[in-house]
Amino acid sequence: MAKQLMKGNEAIARAAMLGGLDAFFGYPITPQNEVPEYLSRYMLEEGKVFVQSESEVAAINMVYGAAAAGFRAMTSSSSPGIALKQEGITYLCGSELPCVICSVMRGGPGLGSIQPSQGDYNQATRGGGNGDYHVIVFAPETIQETIDIMKEAFDIADYYRNPVMILVDGLIGQMMESVDLTKPVKKRFLPEKDFATTGTNHHSRRNVVNSLYLESAELEAHNLALKKKYDKVIINDTRYELINMEDPDYVIVAFGTMSRVCRSAIETLAEKKIRVGIIRPISLWPFPNRAFETIDAPHLKGILVVEMNLGQMLTDVIVANNGKYPIGFYGRAGGVVPDPSDVVNAIGHFKDLVVK
Amino acid sequence: MEIKYKKTNGLTDTPLSYCPGCTHGIVHKLVAEVLAELGVLGETIAIASVGCSVFSYKFFNVDAVQAAHGRACAVATGVKRNLPDRIVFTYQGDGDLASIGIAETIHAANRSENITVIFINNCIYGMTGGQMAPTSLIGQKTTTSQTGRKADVHGNPIHISEMFSQIEGVAYLERVSVYNPRQVRNAKKAIKKAFTYQMEKKGFTMIEVLSSCPVNWGMTPVDALKWIEEKMTPVFPLKVFKDKGEEANV
Ligand SMILES: Cc1ncc(C[n+]2csc(CCOP(=O)(O)OP(=O)(O)O)c2C)c(N)n1
Ligand code: SF4
Ligand SMILES: [Mg+2]
Repeated sequence: MAKQLMKGNEAIARAAMLGGLDAFFGYPITPQNEVPEYLSRYMLEEGKVFVQSESEVAAINMVYGAAAAGFRAMTSSSSPGIALKQEGITYLCGSELPCVICSVMRGGPGLGSIQPSQGDYNQATRGGGNGDYHVIVFAPETIQETIDIMKEAFDIADYYRNPVMILVDGLIGQMMESVDLTKPVKKRFLPEKDFATTGTNHHSRRNVVNSLYLESAELEAHNLALKKKYDKVIINDTRYELINMEDPDYVIVAFGTMSRVCRSAIETLAEKKIRVGIIRPISLWPFPNRAFETIDAPHLKGILVVEMNLGQMLTDVIVANNGKYPIGFYGRAGGVVPDPSDVVNAIGHFKDLVVK
Repeated sequence: MEIKYKKTNGLTDTPLSYCPGCTHGIVHKLVAEVLAELGVLGETIAIASVGCSVFSYKFFNVDAVQAAHGRACAVATGVKRNLPDRIVFTYQGDGDLASIGIAETIHAANRSENITVIFINNCIYGMTGGQMAPTSLIGQKTTTSQTGRKADVHGNPIHISEMFSQIEGVAYLERVSVYNPRQVRNAKKAIKKAFTYQMEKKGFTMIEVLSSCPVNWGMTPVDALKWIEEKMTPVFPLKVFKDKGEEANV
């Protein structure tokens, strides 16, 4: 187990290569530039594909072509760039092509800022592409977890033939932590890529990658098949962590960087004899509803959602909670990162933060 | 009995979806014949675009990827960079290539992606019912330029081949048409040269084909062919714009 110090964005790039990345396509944008910079060097050194595209639109469509040909393709970007990729993402889902998208969030809307933010929770989990589709979204909280998920991401994408997004904020992208790149990845049985368009000499039938179904009955059947697949993702790949959930007075729900801040906050709160647990969604889609179904806390006064936005995951928590406990919200926006004392105060003023 | 003529096996048996008299079908046949004659059908990946040719993935007897509107050259880049020994071509209309997809196309050319682009210029958005295209002629009536295209309102027709002739990465670029048998033969020669250059890894090749849309031009198929010859070719002259193979021989 060799530990080394690595910057988040470079760790993302290296982990993608360890996960079998064949081809990377991307357009510069802060705060994720170290991802393409790192890959531009090491991918070419290893004889793999790296293209700096003319735009994010082009990059995601290059991913579409590479994935159609059966290769492990990835793009990386930040908020305004992910906005531009939405067209490509719905096509990837519609054509059932696997790929990995890395999104390093910054402040928005518009050009916003380059400070860390979680303002793209809705962009990641709802998306802005057309039609009934889902992207599988993971939101790690440390660089180590980012590496572990990234290394597995291509397997998950290939297994479901669907895009997988790794959603982090600029803080994770920019900070350095001691990491282990060698942790083994859970193995899954992966289907043959018999859809790949590699030329009819190379497989037994003519392969076509397509998302067009002009007959409504045909398209509905396609939609239902996708739905079945998404249901499977919900059952098998919903991920979350429960922290300190034995008989809490409050439960905090937070993901990514925010959950790290909340971990510190609950230690301070424990010193004040206030027991606070954390539900940390790791998969944002599928959202871990079942973590809420199993809350067993006779003294629970309420659930506090803490985000670096003004209440996006909040909607999913309201649905998952289904009216059972009072829900409060504390969030900061525009690149402001709350500190543990802010969260401690928020718990102290829970009653004022309850969402009506 | 001797067979004098038969359908190329570069096309599937799916009936073409084009309107009667539309020259999209002729261009399909030429591309299919060239791929068959070069013996590369089994090594080829076609990138279908969005326009009347959206179903070209059903017609070309090769593996195919259907791309989003305008993105064919980016998709082709993704395929070709991973499969550099395969033949990759896009088939795109003037709305697809010269309007929404002009950035993807220019940059594929500038990177000299070793792909072939078949660019169908019919001065109109055929599939969506005859709206003005960036290539529509001055004075041309379309559903969105109902009194005729005017330079000061709509801009001038965009000259794609002239623009692309300035790009270093382009290896072969010719504008052809299919309005009479001689032009059809010439178009086939150009298409074959483009694919041959791709096989020789010379870089980006594009053939612009002046094509008809009798339905949205409101003409009979015969008049539409005349319109190409009389109205389109003076604006879009037929010629070789770039030939890196020839330059090398000088
Ligand atoms: C993003 C997007 N915008 C608009 C359309 C609608 N659309 C379909 S085909 C087309 C134009 C096609 O014209 P052209 O590329 O010239 O091909 P033609 O039909 O003339 O052969 C448009 C605008 C679309 N499918 N996608
Ligand atoms: S609408 Fe025009 S371009 Fe389209 S198939 Fe008909 S004639 Fe051809
Ligand atoms: Mg057209």
